[in-house]
Amino acid sequence: MKTLKLFAILAIVALIAQVFAAAPISAQERVIKIASQSPLSGGQSTLGTAIRNGTELAIIQLGKQVEELGFKLEYVPFDDQATPDVGVSNAQNIVNDAAILAVIGHLNSGVALPSSEIYNRENLVMISPANTNVNITDRGYPTVNRVCGRDDAQGAAGAKFAVEELKIKTAYVLHDKTAYGEGVANFFAQALEQAGVEVLGFEGTEEKANFDAVITPILAQEPDLVYFGGIYNQAAVFFRQAREKGLKSQFMGPDGMDSSDLVKIGGEAVVDMIYTTTAGPAALYPAAAQFIEDYKKQFNDDPEPYAAEAYAATQIVINALVKAIKENNGQMPTRAQVAKAVRETQDFETIIGKISFDANGDPKFATYYILRVASADPEKWGQNPLIASIEAPSPLTAKEQAGK
Amino acid sequence: MTAILRPEDITANKLISSAAEWTLQYVLKPIGQILLFVFIAGGSISLLALVVGFVLQTDWHGIDILRVPARINLFEQVLRQLPNMLLDGITIGFVYAVIALGYTMVYGVLKFINFAHSEIFMLGAVVGYEVMMRLNEAELLSSLPPLLVVVLMIVMAMVVCGGTAVIVERVAYKPLRGAPRLVPLISAIGVSFFLTDFVRAFQALNRNVFNMPYLTDRVPFFNERIVFAQGVSTTYTTVIIIVSAIIMLVGLNYFVNATKIGKGIRAVSQDQATASLMGINVNQMITITFLVGGALGGAAGVLFGLKTTNITPYVGFIPGLKAFTAAVLGGIGNITGAMLGGLLLGMLEAFFSALLPYFPALGLGYSDIFAFAVLILVLLFRPTGLLGKKVDEKV
Repeated sequence: MKTLKLFAILAIVALIAQVFAAAPISAQERVIKIASQSPLSGGQSTLGTAIRNGTELAIIQLGKQVEELGFKLEYVPFDDQATPDVGVSNAQNIVNDAAILAVIGHLNSGVALPSSEIYNRENLVMISPANTNVNITDRGYPTVNRVCGRDDAQGAAGAKFAVEELKIKTAYVLHDKTAYGEGVANFFAQALEQAGVEVLGFEGTEEKANFDAVITPILAQEPDLVYFGGIYNQAAVFFRQAREKGLKSQFMGPDGMDSSDLVKIGGEAVVDMIYTTTAGPAALYPAAAQFIEDYKKQFNDDPEPYAAEAYAATQIVINALVKAIKENNGQMPTRAQVAKAVRETQDFETIIGKISFDANGDPKFATYYILRVASADPEKWGQNPLIASIEAPSPLTAKEQAGK
Repeated sequence: MTAILRPEDITANKLISSAAEWTLQYVLKPIGQILLFVFIAGGSISLLALVVGFVLQTDWHGIDILRVPARINLFEQVLRQLPNMLLDGITIGFVYAVIALGYTMVYGVLKFINFAHSEIFMLGAVVGYEVMMRLNEAELLSSLPPLLVVVLMIVMAMVVCGGTAVIVERVAYKPLRGAPRLVPLISAIGVSFFLTDFVRAFQALNRNVFNMPYLTDRVPFFNERIVFAQGVSTTYTTVIIIVSAIIMLVGLNYFVNATKIGKGIRAVSQDQATASLMGINVNQMITITFLVGGALGGAAGVLFGLKTTNITPYVGFIPGLKAFTAAVLGGIGNITGAMLGGLLLGMLEAFFSALLPYFPALGLGYSDIFAFAVLILVLLFRPTGLLGKKVDEKV
């Protein structure tokens, strides 16, 4: 009886001790958060929401890997409104939350460039599913990576197609005055001029409603091709007005055109438009079939462009988190450790294919797709036919290959 | 009706002559005036364009900083663009003019700039979109005559926007009537933010959309081209915009100059206190001014939507600003001036944006700077605007 009593007391003491011992541990930050930044409101929210959904789906499905190591994985989406100021102020909030160890974002290079300055200062790793501007990675920051291609290669791929397949002689190039739009339009125009095509005009416009001013000089010069370096919500309005005014040129644009909203706004005017993208339709990736099914089930919607890329970026982050936690003996890793683990990603299998980062955070090889808008029905956007695809190495990889 | 007709005086002859007089006074004269304005604005701007094109295309000017590409014969280009440039200028000029009327009428009556007017205009464009969508959902869009669709859109927009303008006046301006002038101005800016975000939230909940493309591409009529000559053609949409703007301008002219209420509004704008002593209900006149101004703004919104094909809750700001400028250019408070100002500003914009792309050193982005530089020049020499009268302000 006595021993039993003693045993009971001992058991209670042990229990209490354990509670006390365990309490500080669970009160410690055993929560890891992944943030995303993309426009969730405004004219570009279709793509921004796709990025959020892709990230969320990956965290729901793959969060277990981190949770098995004793951490709770949470997701915090931010709305950058496609505006640099908002992106930067969100970035301040993000770096101030010590539990956030990685950021998926942004959609717009013009927002990603200033925001990533802040992440980099705090060693917070960012993986972009969509930013193609060359300066994103050319700054050489250890924290900034992307899973998509680059505008120099994208512009060149588009120009090559325009010259060789469309056989154009003259072109008119427009852009939206953002870092992304002007960047890719510049590379496109340069590549055209090198190929001997006459670039009749190179204009930037922030106009979103009335494009009379832009269209009149184009009409007077009748170029074979009109290229718009920008995002669909602006470009579609321009294309529609240009067709209404009787412009017959072939239309073309970069990956900013890649959204079903392009045909929702542009209607028949954008049918047969050619666009280049670094994010192929999700259906194109053999490993993404399950993803498409799950995405439809979760969000009741077809995955728009960049949803798969955001999912892949999150796959990389979760993989890096697991690695960093293990290297840190099961303790909470620092942001720098996570950034290092992300950069070390080599031949990692994601739903959009194998990804290896070079020293600047570019994927070593990226594929550039050229597609044609087939129908004015937004539901059929995912079925736009692929005309050509070009795989190109990142500049660092190309240099390495040349050195060998 | 200028003369009151006694029953015994009515003879067929007199009836015809008075009807003719009425038509002349309230239909032909204003239309003539509008045509004159179009002619003056268009003529002077095309002359300017041709002169600039001619001067800059020759080699002796020595202006190398502009770096016009050698392959371009500027004079030829200007000549080719001129018809389109004029059409664009007239179309957008009429839209500006109709919006500008809202600013100028309210200023005339209250000496206050209603900055929320640009959002009333945006609301009109959104109402037009809603009407089109509802018709489409009821599968009436393609079966109804297109002109009826346009009339429905405009009427609905006029009703909703006129009503909204009256409510806004009631809630946000009337309680501040005696306050210093800056106070209602701030209130107007607040209303403008409220309306933008209200529409944004409403359409997000209603249809989950931000971009609101007009369904004009579903109706072939809107895209049929009228060809005037080789390379000069336009759509029926343009014609609809110009014709409905002219109808509205003429209607407003009649309303203000020939009706009793119009007389009351004019009296209130000249002197509120005296008007009130003469038995005019000042508050009622102010409400009617907002109603009419708002209705015109709403109609202009529909016209703008038809022209630009896509609208968003933020679409009001720039045209609102330009229309306000047009009102100032023509002489704020002056209805005819608003018309002239709108047309001139539209022309100026079309002119600069047609020329600037040929100067790579400058580019399209500068077109507003030049248009507004002209505005400053005009105001330097005529501070009250082109048609504004100099009045001593009681400050």
